[in-house]
Amino acid sequence: MSSAPQLIASGTDSLREAFGKALTRLAPDYPDVVVLDADIAGGTGVHHFRKAFPERFLQFGIAEQNMMAAAGGLAAVGMIPIVTTFAVFCLRAIEQARLSIAYSNRNVKIVASHPGLDVGPDGGSAQALEDLAAFRAIPGMTVIAPADPVEMALATKAILDFEGPVYMRTGRSAAVSVFDAGHSFEIGKGKVIRRGGDLTIVACGVEVARALDAAKLLDQKGISARVVNMPTIKPIDVALLTQCARETGAFVTAEDHNIHGGLGGAVAEALAGHAPAPIEFVGLRDRFGESGEPEELAQHLGLDAKSIAAAAEKVLTRKKAI
Amino acid sequence: MNAPLNDSALIGRLTDAATAIRRIAIAAIYHATSGHPGGALSCADLFACIYGAALRGGNDLTRDRFVLSKGHGAPALYATGAQFGLCSIKEALSLRKLGSKFQGHPHVRDLPWVETSTGSLGQGFSVAIGMALGLKMKKSGARIYAMLGDGELQEGEVWEGAMCAAHHKLDNLVAVIDYNKLQSDDSNANIMGLEPLGDKWRAFGWHVQEIDGHNIALILDALDKAAAAAGKPHVIIAHTVKGRGVPYMENVPAWHGSVKMTPQQTEDALRALDVAEADLKHWMEGNV
Repeated sequence: MSSAPQLIASGTDSLREAFGKALTRLAPDYPDVVVLDADIAGGTGVHHFRKAFPERFLQFGIAEQNMMAAAGGLAAVGMIPIVTTFAVFCLRAIEQARLSIAYSNRNVKIVASHPGLDVGPDGGSAQALEDLAAFRAIPGMTVIAPADPVEMALATKAILDFEGPVYMRTGRSAAVSVFDAGHSFEIGKGKVIRRGGDLTIVACGVEVARALDAAKLLDQKGISARVVNMPTIKPIDVALLTQCARETGAFVTAEDHNIHGGLGGAVAEALAGHAPAPIEFVGLRDRFGESGEPEELAQHLGLDAKSIAAAAEKVLTRKKAI
Repeated sequence: MNAPLNDSALIGRLTDAATAIRRIAIAAIYHATSGHPGGALSCADLFACIYGAALRGGNDLTRDRFVLSKGHGAPALYATGAQFGLCSIKEALSLRKLGSKFQGHPHVRDLPWVETSTGSLGQGFSVAIGMALGLKMKKSGARIYAMLGDGELQEGEVWEGAMCAAHHKLDNLVAVIDYNKLQSDDSNANIMGLEPLGDKWRAFGWHVQEIDGHNIALILDALDKAAAAAGKPHVIIAHTVKGRGVPYMENVPAWHGSVKMTPQQTEDALRALDVAEADLKHWMEGNV
């Protein structure tokens, strides 16, 4: 008799695990929180919540549009719905998020796992490289992409305490630890996590660890790169960006996303309006992804530390030409 | 068919309310110079019965709720609001104007009593399902009513919702389908056939009633039966006539879409809806 096939186990140190565990830990203090799932609880990390609070776990089946709009209805009667699915399926239900959540101003948290190249071998169809741009374009929608498990846990509490619609990325891959237990998180605030004066690298999500690696590579070449962790893409921290423009005069943005409309777009809009400075954009260059392990893809598609460092050198030549 | 109720006073009151709803909706569409008259007229009797007899008041936990999933029926919803004291007739006649809270499709941030913003077909139904789920979790006995158009049933989201409501045994949910057989471009049958419609809902696990959607007694009876049956969500498939109450609009698809009504067309329609000659001028000027 053959044994049953084993599902690929969830990593214990992924952002989705950090989210699912934090949510489960916080749930007793937030009795109106309910979790909505479309048959992928193990994939989004909310299986922890389901186990602890089965009566607050709502199964919608593989039907994301109904789930997304129903979240608006749950919020309308006083619940705090947490909609969980893959980032690419949030795009499928984005019109429901627009009308029945944001336009209706419902206190719904959309939490998306498998963003960007995170889903790796599943290939281009599953890699959501447009979600930050699309959700950022919805009025009233707050957009967040935490960098590591520590920040994810803090962000999970912050979105529960925040009144209003939120879109937040998690991730399935093993996460690189960036922050220690003393880290703090506030919606709408970025933070300088490495000092430097020649340029500023602004990153979110998995690109934050790569930005720190890039800064080390640049250091070897005598280039002093400041690194800003920017977990809130909307509203973007204009004050911090303006300060960095004044102090460093050049930027690289780095995100696991199309270079159009996401973190890079938000930074460019903010700087154009307040403190113009040259910017180089690291991300997918207006193309879809493809199969491969996330780290392989990051190298292949120019999202790794080397690519960020190269972008930094490029922007410095532009800065000097000004 | 079910036996009609015998409360003739109530039936008379609701019949008058339905005519008033039609009047206000037509006047609003005239003054707006755009809007969907056909579908506003077909659902007026359903509106009169739901707002005039079914919805129970209470606090946020206990009150019943109504969601207009066919958001383009907004003129009829606003007219209903005016008829039942949620807004004034004058406000309802500000339909679609710059600065008005009475937008072309209902918006909850402008008008809290519309419960949710609609206008993209299928979504209001899902929102109603979310409300029904949430109120059940909160042990509320409140009911949720959602009105859907027939063309709306072509949206896949409706059938996602139909499966979901039955799976979760949402017997506090009543879907009312304004089945006027016509949609924007042509008949349902020619665009994308819906039949056998009752069988579809039964197969999805719903408690199904099919009625004449212009017979007040039958509508009241169906709403009562929907409230009484436990364990399943309810759907009332109400057979209606698009443009009902204005003879020249009845069953003419051209009156589904957003149209500009001429003064002559409007006066003819208002006369058909029992507006006295002496009052016509006031309706045409919006002074009512």
